[in-house]
Amino acid sequence: MSDSAVTATQTANPNAINLKKVLGPVHVWALGVGIVLVGEFMGWNYSVAKGGAYGSLIACWVIGLLYTCVAMIDSEITSTVAAAGGQYAQAKHTTGPLMAFNVGIYLVMAYTMLEAADVLVFGDLVSIGAGELGREGVDPKPFVFLAVAVLAWLNYRGVFMALSVNFLITAVAFFSIIILWVGVQPFSPGEITQHAEMLAIVPLPELSSVQGLPYGWLGVLAAFQFGTWYYLGIEGTCQAAEEVRSAGRSLPLGTMSGMITLLIAASLTWWICAGMLPWDYLGQALAPLYDASKMTGSNFLVVLLWVATVFSAIASANGCINDASRAWFSMGRDRYLPQWFAAVHPRYRTPYRSILFLIPIAVAFGFTGLLAQTITFSIVSGLLGYTFMPINLTKFRRKWPLGSIKRGFVSPMHPIPAIVLMTLCVLTFFAVFLGFGTQLFVMIGFYIFISLYFVYRRYKYVRRGDQFTMAWPKPQGY
Amino acid sequence: MAKSAYQPPRQSTLGQIIDSVVILGAVFLALWLPIAANLAGADTKQILPPGVTVAENADGSKTWTGLTWEGLGQNATMQAQWEKLGYSIEDAAGLITVWFDYEINWLLALVTAVVVIGYFAILLYYSEREYKEVIAEKFDR
Repeated sequence: MSDSAVTATQTANPNAINLKKVLGPVHVWALGVGIVLVGEFMGWNYSVAKGGAYGSLIACWVIGLLYTCVAMIDSEITSTVAAAGGQYAQAKHTTGPLMAFNVGIYLVMAYTMLEAADVLVFGDLVSIGAGELGREGVDPKPFVFLAVAVLAWLNYRGVFMALSVNFLITAVAFFSIIILWVGVQPFSPGEITQHAEMLAIVPLPELSSVQGLPYGWLGVLAAFQFGTWYYLGIEGTCQAAEEVRSAGRSLPLGTMSGMITLLIAASLTWWICAGMLPWDYLGQALAPLYDASKMTGSNFLVVLLWVATVFSAIASANGCINDASRAWFSMGRDRYLPQWFAAVHPRYRTPYRSILFLIPIAVAFGFTGLLAQTITFSIVSGLLGYTFMPINLTKFRRKWPLGSIKRGFVSPMHPIPAIVLMTLCVLTFFAVFLGFGTQLFVMIGFYIFISLYFVYRRYKYVRRGDQFTMAWPKPQGY
Repeated sequence: MAKSAYQPPRQSTLGQIIDSVVILGAVFLALWLPIAANLAGADTKQILPPGVTVAENADGSKTWTGLTWEGLGQNATMQAQWEKLGYSIEDAAGLITVWFDYEINWLLALVTAVVVIGYFAILLYYSEREYKEVIAEKFDR
């Protein structure tokens, strides 16, 4: 199948400089997990604030199901539509230009806000680290800027180097969770972790009648919002579709192994933190795993978790720059955005203008210091993208039934994953509404505005036939 | 008869710059405005345990009365962990007594649902119209 994808992108513009095909399954894994693993080090714990520790665990598993559906659906379509931009390129082929434009903006916003959250945490961690070494009051902002600048330069120089670095630092961050888990003596409950006592939450009678759940089942539902943070961005593996050597093998393998890695890391993270930190504290902590390491009294674990949290934030920001710039580049190439963004660096063969353009947004929001709000911007954009996926798969199967084109991977049990995903997306929208309703409203207003902007301003620049680049037969029903 | 392909107008450099600025501006407005107007972030309320009072001082600090770990719903293990984290009972009370406000405004929920569904309906409607043009030009010429 990847052969047809290669042909498709090259036949569209045979003289153009194309992105380099250098990535394997390991890089796909590193891109997906690298972006997301930071979610175990920060952000997920806001789900504890919204629903209590048990609420967060239920959200972790239920939202894990949501993302498993995302990975299954995405693997089928991306391994068939192997073009830069991932879901954006899919939407062009299955649904139409306006939907594709919106999907592209979802991706850019989700990744750029995630990148902003990453560098925000990085800056704060440097400040905290300096404080531990006796240098109180270090301003995190220069470090926020430095992190974005260095990572943007790394991405400017080339995707292979950027993602190879990601693989290394992601692996270190992942193993640090395992080492911490071993360090808190999981087979000796009560020694360091004290789940029985720490989870004995007595709810206020006016808010809940369910022991252990401070907001009752409504809180569990509300926790779905930040439950997404355990996994948000795993679908980013698709952004590298045009740069993988064998999309049909590498994308499903990298994505599904990434999901398994994240499910393990998420469960361990919850177990460690819920057994050591009071839930009211955990619900607002900046870096809960780092805090948990401090509770062990081991200097080795404290240093390890500080380094791992920094690494996870850097790896995530690195992957986000890669993904957001690819989506932005693709939209420029198709004239959904000014063509100026479609330039590929003649030497490094990277979408360098797109990389540079998104820097100010990430830096500005990294400077705010408002982690939960920045994360919510990313979550809402991600969620809109997930809501599109069941629609995407349904249209894809209807227009090109199984057997009509060669697929790299066939998502099993269709339409069950699509139905489950749509149901969970609706519930998660409601979860965001609970507590963050105004922010949700404003974000949808933004997407309505840019949709009108596209229809009335940008669509006239779009070459109609060029939007369909795959060497497929005409879709059924047209 | 075969139709000729749609030829889009060429966008000037100035037009491209204007579009880039509009997009950047829209992103900042959508994301920055809620933060600046204090519309982003969680809806919360403070619930004090019986017998506990709190007063805000002129310098922004708070004076608590009637605080006990038990009254705050913390058992001995939780209390020990708070103390290990370096939190006094007053510091902890500042976190423990703040709760999310999940009182549902059903009218607002309905309006939000209509806006989200309407947004997707518009997206799919216009996308389908544009998609037909794409397919016609790709396959019917």
